[in-house]
Amino acid sequence: MQALYAQLLVGLINGSFYALLSLGLAVIFGMLNIINFAHGALYMMGAFCAYFLLNLLNIGYWPALILAPIAVGIFGMILERTMLQWLSGLDHLYGLLLTFGMALIIQGVFQNYFGSSGLPYSIPDALKGGMNLGFMYLPIYRGWVVIFSLVVCLATWYLIERTRLGANLRAATENPTLVRAFGINVPRMITLTYGLGVGLAALAGVLSAPINQVRPLMGADLIIVVFAVVVIGGMGSIMGSIVTGFALGVIEGLTKYFYPEASNTVVFVLMVLVLLVKPSGLTGRAN
Amino acid sequence: MKNKISALLLGTALALCAGNMAFAQDKTVKIGALSDQSGLYADLGGPGSTLAAQMAVEDSGLTAKGWKIDIVSGDHLNKPDVGVNIARQWFDVDKVDVIVDVPNSGVALAVNNVVKEKNGVFLDSGAGTSDLTNAQCSPNTIHWTYDTYTLAHGTGSALTKAGGDSWFFLTADYAFGAALERDTRAAVEAGGGKILGGVKHPLGTSDFSSFLLQAQASKAKVIGLANAGADTTTSIKQAAEFGITSGGQKLAALLLFITDVHSLGLNTAQGLNFTETFYWDLNDQDRAFAKRFQERMKNHSMPTMVHAGVYSSLLHYFKALEALGGNPHDGIKVVAKMKELPTDDPLFGKGSIEPNGRTIHPAYLFEVKKPSESKGPWDYYKLIATIPADEAFTPLDKSSCPLLKK
Amino acid sequence: MTALTDDTLAAAPHAIRDEMIAFGIMTALLLIVPFTGVYPFFVMQALCFALLACSFNLLIGYGGLLSFGHAMFLGTAGYVSAHALKVWGLTPELAILAGTAAAAGLGVITGLIAIRRQGIYFAMITLALSQLLYFIYLQTPFTHGEDGIQGIPQGRLFGLLNLSNPTVLYYVILAGFLIGFLLIFRTINSPFGEVLKAIRENEQRAISLGYKTDQYKLLAFILSGTLAGFAGALKVFVAQNASLTDVHWSMSGEIVLMTLVGGLGTIFGPVVGAFVITAMQQYLAGYGQWVTVIQGVIFVACVLAFRRGIIGEIAHLLRRSL
Repeated sequence: MQALYAQLLVGLINGSFYALLSLGLAVIFGMLNIINFAHGALYMMGAFCAYFLLNLLNIGYWPALILAPIAVGIFGMILERTMLQWLSGLDHLYGLLLTFGMALIIQGVFQNYFGSSGLPYSIPDALKGGMNLGFMYLPIYRGWVVIFSLVVCLATWYLIERTRLGANLRAATENPTLVRAFGINVPRMITLTYGLGVGLAALAGVLSAPINQVRPLMGADLIIVVFAVVVIGGMGSIMGSIVTGFALGVIEGLTKYFYPEASNTVVFVLMVLVLLVKPSGLTGRAN
Repeated sequence: MKNKISALLLGTALALCAGNMAFAQDKTVKIGALSDQSGLYADLGGPGSTLAAQMAVEDSGLTAKGWKIDIVSGDHLNKPDVGVNIARQWFDVDKVDVIVDVPNSGVALAVNNVVKEKNGVFLDSGAGTSDLTNAQCSPNTIHWTYDTYTLAHGTGSALTKAGGDSWFFLTADYAFGAALERDTRAAVEAGGGKILGGVKHPLGTSDFSSFLLQAQASKAKVIGLANAGADTTTSIKQAAEFGITSGGQKLAALLLFITDVHSLGLNTAQGLNFTETFYWDLNDQDRAFAKRFQERMKNHSMPTMVHAGVYSSLLHYFKALEALGGNPHDGIKVVAKMKELPTDDPLFGKGSIEPNGRTIHPAYLFEVKKPSESKGPWDYYKLIATIPADEAFTPLDKSSCPLLKK
Repeated sequence: MTALTDDTLAAAPHAIRDEMIAFGIMTALLLIVPFTGVYPFFVMQALCFALLACSFNLLIGYGGLLSFGHAMFLGTAGYVSAHALKVWGLTPELAILAGTAAAAGLGVITGLIAIRRQGIYFAMITLALSQLLYFIYLQTPFTHGEDGIQGIPQGRLFGLLNLSNPTVLYYVILAGFLIGFLLIFRTINSPFGEVLKAIRENEQRAISLGYKTDQYKLLAFILSGTLAGFAGALKVFVAQNASLTDVHWSMSGEIVLMTLVGGLGTIFGPVVGAFVITAMQQYLAGYGQWVTVIQGVIFVACVLAFRRGIIGEIAHLLRRSL
């Protein structure tokens, strides 16, 4: 039983990454109607950004937690301005293809310069060590990841669902022409939204840098799992993607305990089941 | 027939019979260094292997004796298809004689078939699969540096002897991981050790925490990592985070290279045990080679055992060609000659090549130094035990190679 | 919203005649390959990818469904054919049949799941399903995990044609490609193909006209998967191995790229695209991961500036249907 608690907690940690990433995807999808295939690559860039800040400028983890998402977010906004915005009015699938191409470029460039084996990034001193919770040894850093990402997710939800800015955003999604008539700069809003979604991915990257090796392909496989998470949750609501992210992390954690061989397929199997029962996803509206 | 050939070869070049004259005068060789130039194995093979091949050509002194030796290199991108295409084209179009390196077992086994079909020579250094000298052995192939058997037996038996007598396995859930675990298990049990359990993790796992928790709870003295590449480095890194090594359990990586230790850093990797067949700091000859290698490497990294293997296997190949008096462009003939000559080179010492194509030389169990013990960059390993050549590789009577049944 | 493909030229006069002429030229060119000194294995591989891309194109170009997991059919058929040849010792024709049938079966199962959502979701679902299959193949023993199935005997087709002879193999692969190609060509120009195009243009209207659009889409998906599997089964004889590469998502991406470069929804585009991308990989192999970068750049360039693809642009210039 003790081991089970431990696995639940560990599952929550993975869930935080799923939640942050699927949240970012949902935010972008809501505004741009694009599935951002480059999300995994931008997540990787967040981790690399933290690595560069530390090794080139000697800027540590805490500032990196803010600086890296901003830097990568700006990069994302440039991408949106120079490329993605030309796709408005075209079939949404073109957005998927374009971002897939962008992901290939970003990952390929990083692989050429940094190899595939990964670079080390250590845990900040303040969060080193661990606590004995009785049923498990919890590294403090992992506890921090869960709490911090939960806070970020809720803050994003609040921003979009409960503030005036968020209301404008949602309105612009529903009817851009009308919102424009109110004097709101819709293209700028789209750019900022993309930057926000990308920033969330980069933040997840910084959080994961001390846990995983900083590798060019760290986001490539993860993004496919996150896609499945998104299909399961449906992209209808912000809260939905947060909850699904955490929930699937926990389910995956349990699988690792009961039947470890299936732990990297369980999310996909769940996706199939959900599609058979409720094609629009758990929280999604019918299309 | 064999005696006749060797008698001829013992004589001077002038004494060669007329039938051999046709190839005796052909002193051109083309080497293809096929490796992963940009992916996961680029650091342990890749450009370093091409450099090692170049150094072997220079050190053989054959160019001064009128030989013309060219090297081409290729990137198989870790895809068997790509590897096969390159190999085939090398033989058909570029007239390559010998392919070296080829890390990644899947690609190596695919290339192995092409080389056999085209009667070339395949000197594998980078791949780990022991199939190359068992079920899939070929009269055209020599497997030089290491294989899964070496890694498993070296680490398994030597560590058990050194007191690590209870084990828990973290095994990558695919053929390679299963083979590593099976072989290690056998070695541990043969040494009187106990297996307390194990868990299979999917390949490419980014989070090992739940598996590490289970390993920690098992209270085993040694946690064997039967995985490779990023899986190994990630599990080592996360084991440090969960306080596994500081809690007194030993980590044994079954496949690890010095470049991995370099990328992990001593802080994370300290105390790790694993087997290799070459380390740059073992003796003066190794150090001399490593120094020259490092100076010419673009990223100034030390040679891995794979690089050393490419170098040594080519030196031996050149010896065989010299003994033949020229390049017969006949893979089976050259490989037979290589098997006939005892191996003796600066890096792996004296040894031999068995009929199944397996090169036999000692292996070493290392432990990664603590940061305080390291005297400088790349000073990473402590030698724990030497595994003699006859124990380091599959005994011939247990090899399932069809070549042995003749 | 503009649809993925530009179909305004479909009604061009003499469309079928133009296409037949182009088909004749293509066939003639491919027939003389062994006499030109071009490396035959390169062309064989490109032909397999061409058929694969054509099958993918049937789905996206005429059904509007973007499958981002088409590698699963290629890989499944490859594994089954390879296993049939090597372990069961079946004859080449039966092995091809077995591989193709396996892909068809997979098409039925995945099709039933995937067509429950449209558009972007369809793409994500197919991607996730192929990733699921990738992990399964990684773990099941018969695929030999990372090692793959190696050293597959080529055997004699119908007991007559010795497939280990490169020239014989070439013509067999070419015949396979042409059969698959003509089947797709026929499908596109059949009433079934017309209904598919109608669904792509406006699914709601097609439904209101009484078409059971889901059944049409499912059938198209199965047909496309089966043909992709056929390409995978043929490829086994060329590569003589079956490996995880063929099930990986990057392979699915390459299939999309080939079709995009050649021209989505054009008949000959995927063939040209497959040749271009295969040649590019061949000649740029020495540049390592830069190949990935170049592929990415081509993706971006195609989507932003070159959406008709090579054949699409040519057809547009000539005002013909190709």
